Amino acid sequence: MEIGSLNVVVLIASLMVAATPILMAAIGELVVEKAGVLNLGVEGMMITGAVSGFAIAVTTGSPVMGMLGAIIAGALMALIFGILTQVLMANQVASGLALTLFGLGFSALVGQGFVGIVPPRTAKLDFGPLSDIPVLGQILFRHDALVYVSLLMVAGVWYWLTRTRSGRILRAVGENHDSAHALGYKVRRVRILAIMFGGACAGLGGAYLSLIRVPQWTEGMTAGAGWIALALVVFASWRPWRALLGAYLFGGIMVLQLNLQAAGLRFPVEYLSMSPYLITILVLVIMSSSRARASLAAPGSLGQSFHAAG
Amino acid sequence: MKPPLLSLQGLTKIYPGVVANKDITFDIADGEVHALLGENGAGKSTLVKAIYGLVTPNEGQMLWRGVPYAPHAPAEARSTGVAMVFQHFSLFDAMDVAENVALGMDNPPPIRELSARITEVSNNYGLPLDPSRMVGDLSAGERQRVEIIRCLLQDPQLLIMDEPTSVLTPQEVEILFRTLRQLRAEGKSILYISHKLEEIRSLCEHATVLRHGEVVGRCDPREESARSLAEMMVGQSLHTPSRLAAEPGKTLLQVTDLSVASPSAFGTSLKSVNLKVRAGEIYGIGGVAGNGQDELLGALSGELPSAAASIQLDGKPVGTLGPNARRALGLLCAPEERLGHAAAPDMSLTENALLTGAAREGLVKKGFVGWSKARDFAEKVILRFDVRTPGAHVAARALSGGNLQKFVIGREILQRPSVLVVNQPTWGVDASAAAAIRQALLDLAQAGAAVVLVSQDLDEILEIADKFAALNGGKLSAPRPVQGLTMDQIGLMLGGAETGDADVAA
Repeated sequence: MEIGSLNVVVLIASLMVAATPILMAAIGELVVEKAGVLNLGVEGMMITGAVSGFAIAVTTGSPVMGMLGAIIAGALMALIFGILTQVLMANQVASGLALTLFGLGFSALVGQGFVGIVPPRTAKLDFGPLSDIPVLGQILFRHDALVYVSLLMVAGVWYWLTRTRSGRILRAVGENHDSAHALGYKVRRVRILAIMFGGACAGLGGAYLSLIRVPQWTEGMTAGAGWIALALVVFASWRPWRALLGAYLFGGIMVLQLNLQAAGLRFPVEYLSMSPYLITILVLVIMSSSRARASLAAPGSLGQSFHAAG
Repeated sequence: MKPPLLSLQGLTKIYPGVVANKDITFDIADGEVHALLGENGAGKSTLVKAIYGLVTPNEGQMLWRGVPYAPHAPAEARSTGVAMVFQHFSLFDAMDVAENVALGMDNPPPIRELSARITEVSNNYGLPLDPSRMVGDLSAGERQRVEIIRCLLQDPQLLIMDEPTSVLTPQEVEILFRTLRQLRAEGKSILYISHKLEEIRSLCEHATVLRHGEVVGRCDPREESARSLAEMMVGQSLHTPSRLAAEPGKTLLQVTDLSVASPSAFGTSLKSVNLKVRAGEIYGIGGVAGNGQDELLGALSGELPSAAASIQLDGKPVGTLGPNARRALGLLCAPEERLGHAAAPDMSLTENALLTGAAREGLVKKGFVGWSKARDFAEKVILRFDVRTPGAHVAARALSGGNLQKFVIGREILQRPSVLVVNQPTWGVDASAAAAIRQALLDLAQAGAAVVLVSQDLDEILEIADKFAALNGGKLSAPRPVQGLTMDQIGLMLGGAETGDADVAA
């Protein structure tokens, strides 16, 4: 199936790969925001995950170890943010921005010895004959395991938030922390755990970039993916399945602009590179233009510090 | 003899710098409705938090049926048999009734099973409630039902109710009391916290009165008068606001066919509101919270613009003007939320005085602030309205609710408004400060201003207003003279009977 010089099947298959890191980070941040915390450090946690995953995979020779390392590194970065905002009551916006800047600098430092190295290859899942089905096989059954992991994460987070008691408690904490406290729930503990989960997801997303999608380490390689993930959460109005939809939409735009560049479209490359970010801004403006609707979806205590009284 | 259900013995709670409870001792028997009376800051909330496990007392002990009881968390209190209905509801707007109930239980059954039980219990106790509705869409009375049912599902022995009627219509109060009497008949005990004395007299057989954290009296409220209870609470004889009858003058504020969409998703839009307030008149607007009070105040203050002619101040159309332009013309407002709306919490009283007084008091010249003038104005407010504070340099946040309320009301009154709109002027204010604020409003009207008093405290409206109108679902009923108005008539008006929705009234 070809349109001009674009192969649609390849396009769809590669947009799933392109979308996976931002989807992972967005699902993590969605849980964090559902708990009422706004962590703007997604970019910093992602790139820390990217460099630690890369370094560990190269050193141990095992991509799986690298992924696990990235998860731990992301969660530790998030824990810094958690302690700052939940225990020391620092401002969430400032702490999140600081975390991003810290992550960018820290990863550049750690990554110095790893520039230009090729990481160990991550095997694709073997679906046997399934992957030979025309069109569908190519789109659905020729990916690495993490693409499917990201889909499981969406389903898992959705089920957990809507169907389980602990998920309900997390939403309650994000909706109204004073009420949750009055009922005897541990607001801080819930929030710190959510923040660490968000960091782990962002870290894994980062490692996916450096180990599978690119795969290589370059300084600042996340290139705003963390910010797109943050925007995605708003775009998804804090619903996991919509986050999936949004991630594939953004992934599609990213892949399309790369393909258009490659196809030699007579159009300045810079505009194409800008397009995912411009569209992010556009989507955010459209989403927040109706105040009533946005306020309905956002967790009630989002971004507010919780001070236990009495 | 059988030990009492709950016995408090010498309970003391000290916060840094404040003794919240000192040596509190009393018993609650099975099947007893026990009232806990006291002004704001008397220590009622701290005490019930200790019983519910949210606060650990420094000294003293509690006995539950003779056995030592020291809960460290609400879950422990709940498993013992203590349940609590909170004053500020502990609910979650964006979740449905069943989820809210489940969050208040320690081992909730699956949602579908729970929904069936909610329907069953709510029918048994005459509190109809649909478990699948979103809590954000419920009225205050319905929200309270969610809280009560959440408690009842756990089959408690002791139900603590913290100011349960402050947001209910008289009819809703009746329904609640019927439920509470039914519970008492089933042998359950209720600890009832309120400062509404008539309610306590009709419901409770024992009362413990707190003042400044100590027990200052015990009585059978059925044998006391509301006045004697109030004086026990305050510790001094009360001054009743007085006024001289005066002929109202010309119409100062006229609102015609005012419709404004609410800016918030859970708000109520105003639908064709009409009202007319004359000089020297206090126009009381009653209604349960969330029926358009905030929107009405916003529309009158200028925060929500409307059609020019729909609001006329002394004959001039002002509907499109912003708050400062209206202030300059003499239309002043004091909104309900003290911190964050009426006053900026982290700014000093001088700065807060400047915020609304800039134009009328000439505190700003050519864009420059006259700080000494602003300070003088703030100090004048502090002096005239007996605001207890170390000085005008103190941040608004540091004042107690009652003192800050006196300040924000005083700040508007001293600007000599021709029309003053106040919302809940005595909410959370102790009895003597409330009396002072009401007197100040009466004096202002006496001096020829028109006052619009929006309040959920019907007694307050009956005490000082000349006319009464009810706000229900964003519609304002036709006004009635307050004299001769009965609680039943008011209840019908609040229920919407007078605005054309007769079927809602039952």
